[in-house]
Amino acid sequence: MNLSRRQMLILLPAAAVAWKSVLAGSPEESPNYKMTDHWWGMLIDIPKCIGCGNCVRACATENDVPDGYFRTWVERYHRSDWPMNESGEVTANPLIVPEVISPDGGKEGFPAATDESGKYFFVPKMCNHCADSPCTQVCPVGATFISPDGVVLVDQKYCLGCAYCVQACPYGCRYVHPTKEVADKCTLCYHRITQGLTTACCEACPTGARQLVDLKNPNDPIHEFLKTHSVQVLKPQMATGAKLFYNDLDGSVR
Amino acid sequence: MSIFKDAGHLFRFAGLFVLAFLVFLVVRHYVVPKSFGQYGHYRGAAIGEIAQHPAKFAGHEACETCHSDVADKKKAGKHAHVNCEACHGAIFERLPVAEQPKPNLFQRAVALVVHPLPSDPPLLRHAEDPTVKPVLPDTAVLCASCHTASAAKPKGFPQVVPAEHSNGMPCETCHQPHSPGMATPVAAAGGAK
Amino acid sequence: MNGVEGYMYPNEITLYWSVLIVLYPYITGLVAGAFILASLERVFRVEAVKPTYRLALLTALAFLLVAPLPLVLHLGHPFRSPEMYFTPHSTSAMAMFGYVYMWYLMAVLVFEIWLDYRREIVLLSQSSTGLLRLIYKVMTLGSTNISPRSLAIDERVGWIVTLVGIPSAFLLHGYVGFIFGSIKANPWWSSPLMPVVFIFSAMVSGIAGVMLLYMAITKLRKQTIDMRCVDSIAMYMFYIFIIDFSLEMLDLVHRIYEADESFRSLDFMVHTKLYFSQIVIQICLGTILPLVLLFLTQVVKLPEIARKRIYGLSGCLALIGIFAMRWNVVIGGQLFSKSFLGYTTYKMALATKEGLFMAIALTLLPLLFLWVLIKLLPPWPEKSEHAPAIGD
Repeated sequence: MNLSRRQMLILLPAAAVAWKSVLAGSPEESPNYKMTDHWWGMLIDIPKCIGCGNCVRACATENDVPDGYFRTWVERYHRSDWPMNESGEVTANPLIVPEVISPDGGKEGFPAATDESGKYFFVPKMCNHCADSPCTQVCPVGATFISPDGVVLVDQKYCLGCAYCVQACPYGCRYVHPTKEVADKCTLCYHRITQGLTTACCEACPTGARQLVDLKNPNDPIHEFLKTHSVQVLKPQMATGAKLFYNDLDGSVR
Repeated sequence: MSIFKDAGHLFRFAGLFVLAFLVFLVVRHYVVPKSFGQYGHYRGAAIGEIAQHPAKFAGHEACETCHSDVADKKKAGKHAHVNCEACHGAIFERLPVAEQPKPNLFQRAVALVVHPLPSDPPLLRHAEDPTVKPVLPDTAVLCASCHTASAAKPKGFPQVVPAEHSNGMPCETCHQPHSPGMATPVAAAGGAK
Repeated sequence: MNGVEGYMYPNEITLYWSVLIVLYPYITGLVAGAFILASLERVFRVEAVKPTYRLALLTALAFLLVAPLPLVLHLGHPFRSPEMYFTPHSTSAMAMFGYVYMWYLMAVLVFEIWLDYRREIVLLSQSSTGLLRLIYKVMTLGSTNISPRSLAIDERVGWIVTLVGIPSAFLLHGYVGFIFGSIKANPWWSSPLMPVVFIFSAMVSGIAGVMLLYMAITKLRKQTIDMRCVDSIAMYMFYIFIIDFSLEMLDLVHRIYEADESFRSLDFMVHTKLYFSQIVIQICLGTILPLVLLFLTQVVKLPEIARKRIYGLSGCLALIGIFAMRWNVVIGGQLFSKSFLGYTTYKMALATKEGLFMAIALTLLPLLFLWVLIKLLPPWPEKSEHAPAIGD
């Protein structure tokens, strides 16, 4: 790994080319990207998530997310065994009342769980990039919208900061940026996916629990995955057309 | 004739309305951004602006253009799916806050009123200046952040109680991070071919 | 930590709609209610409430002028608010606010007041002096025609404007209810009854407000209160209050009986964080008590002084109760997690842009506006010594 100065000089031009593509450029300027050819979403494979918080940290670094606010966060669910009192009556339904924690959004991981009873799992959360998104519906001025490639974005130069979209999101994915005073949320790393890169959270996930998917791309592995797995979205009763797909989602998750 | 005379004041009131509406239309014409409505009810140019945001994670392909030796080694091992920046951190890092240029008094006064979007502070670019090195992670912290045992983690995921596992020895004594199986580094490299 | 109990989604811990957004439906409600009271006389020919007709109109205008202020102040970027007019989003309930507001302000209230006062404005523009004369001159729009024929036309047009004004008042406030009622993500708000409840509570608050203002101002002017007028206002308030209460109870009973996925969480909230403001203030003190008091005045023959005190008391209680109702809707709707697993706390700031002092200032501001309007356009019958001015 210790490259000599000579090796470095040879390799540098190649690296420079690769990195140029990483650096900014608008979708109109990148000839290889046509918005109408894509329809973005994400797959979250719950059995793979170890709750390390790498995605939360990566997102905050990549997108300058202010402390205490989250474009993505991880929740740890604990569905206990059926609780019974001394007279043998069931006292609660763990499916309805799971124990959920997300200390600082799971940014620094989770405390080790010692209680072996019940079932544990981690649920990474982020904007669902809904196709029928309630947040873009309520924006009074058109400052948040679904891009032609299916990403819910905020125009921060146009946003009033009325927070109506924050109220309208059923998933709690939006916040008002404390210093910019405009709505802020996951952009699905729009600056990356339009350059052929994956999102920062997917890039940083050590177990592949997150996968960026392009539903318009016939070669995307998501199509095969959807055929062979039981996949669910969050709060389907909200009919938001969410494009954040969860593999093996537990019924207690909301 | 006289109905118009006696209702004249109403026409004046209505005239005010029409005038205000015309002024509104003219102002609207100049104020609404040109790209508004290009793709839908929003500013089309916003898409391009959002795509301009500078990336901090270069992606493993960028790293592998130079560090192909590590890539090959990693491919054969258990960390094949762990991308470089998952452990090494984003290659483009912000300058520490202390080194960022400070806004002057006038800029701060303006910022109080109009809240401009803060411009992005400069980035350290390992690609342009290879002497700027990403921080080497401390394995004691890094490995533990994933592999510390917890009843909450998926059962098949390798996990240990660090204090009991290594007797305080650093992880890399036995496990090479790029190919962490118990085999010797030589064997791991051989397996990669 | 941070006043959070149980689990909130991390972005939910901060409340974004503060006490100012509580004031906004409260103030627009007063506008709509005051206007409905004015229309009682104009359209429904309830002669008894005539002494409050003009006062009700001016009250509506004074409050309407302040209504958008809490909204604009709570925005992160107040200077961008004209975008609501320039690029209103057709699918957004909030986008229509600018247009509904403008329509109601200019085409209904200002127009109706102008028509009603035109004769006085023209006369005052001739009798007053200095700056005041200039103001009145501008208000005549350069037309001094106050022939009987033109005034008859004004009367007729004014009637039509009031007729249009009633649905407009319903629209203005029903729409405010729709802003909340249409949010499917929030079970505390999401209800088709919300706009209706808002309209009826608005009518109660507006009628109570004008009644109190009338009684207070008449006292200040050392005139006698027209009991026939106040009795009928109180009667209307009582009946509308019954409808309002029934609707709110219907909403409550429906929620309790349906007991959907959100019920456990909301029920807990009403019994803890909202207990004081919802059960004690809104329902017991702000609704049931004034209803009982008003009921007494309807069935028992009480002496005038007792009736006055009861009207004054129940008017104040109703205003407090309806403020509590707005509070419980706006703040209550943000206290629970949309995961139904936890609760946060609202900490009201004091001296910030969205703090308590600002809220108090915004509540008092309409009264200042009303004072100026009353000075400019006196709502009382002219005193006879001013009458000769016509001859000049």
